[in-house]
Amino acid sequence: MKIEVIAFGIAKDILNGNQVTLEMDEQSSVADVRQALVDLYPAFQGLASLQLAVNADYVNDDYLIKENDEVVLIPPVSGG
Amino acid sequence: MKTLIHITSEKLDPQACLAAVSYPECGGIVSFVGTVRNQTKGKPVLKLEFEAYEKMALKEMQKIADRAKAKFQVEEVLIHHRAGLVKVGEEAVVIVVAAPHRKAAFHACEYCIDTLKETVPIWKKEFFEDGEIWVSAHP
Repeated sequence: MKIEVIAFGIAKDILNGNQVTLEMDEQSSVADVRQALVDLYPAFQGLASLQLAVNADYVNDDYLIKENDEVVLIPPVSGG
Repeated sequence: MKTLIHITSEKLDPQACLAAVSYPECGGIVSFVGTVRNQTKGKPVLKLEFEAYEKMALKEMQKIADRAKAKFQVEEVLIHHRAGLVKVGEEAVVIVVAAPHRKAAFHACEYCIDTLKETVPIWKKEFFEDGEIWVSAHP
């Protein structure tokens, strides 16, 4: 299945764009997507953290992603 | 109509924020105003830019307000955050907490800003004379 991952902050710089489309196996988890991204873009390893949000909520690593989920990369936040 | 949870590219108005959470039954109103510092570790900061994943940021800000109300004896919580370019000296965030008694308001206000910095998907980029960095991105 195709997963579109949207990026903000430094993740945008690392992807060199606002989003990336990944071809993932069915039943892929958040951890699988993160691993695929780190493999494609090793610079993600240098970040203090890299969370993924699904449909505008933080989710656990074992969350299974569905095709139309809104998947967003959350590098370390720095509001306030 | 007053907006308690808000992200805007306009200048924030701390006075209006204070007025928005004033109640006869509340004897203590505590506010926190975060402004843009002119330097980071001695290096002059020219300006800041905040990028927000707005839909989720508003949800997380609402969660913080709800938890603050559940955790402390407070009546109302207001959280306003800037997005886009912000100049040195301007307000980046305004938090106002109203409570019947001051202690709860102080505790809740600190809880709100501390949690915001940990959970709300907003990213700060600092601009220096010789470049720019995303704050806290690297360990």
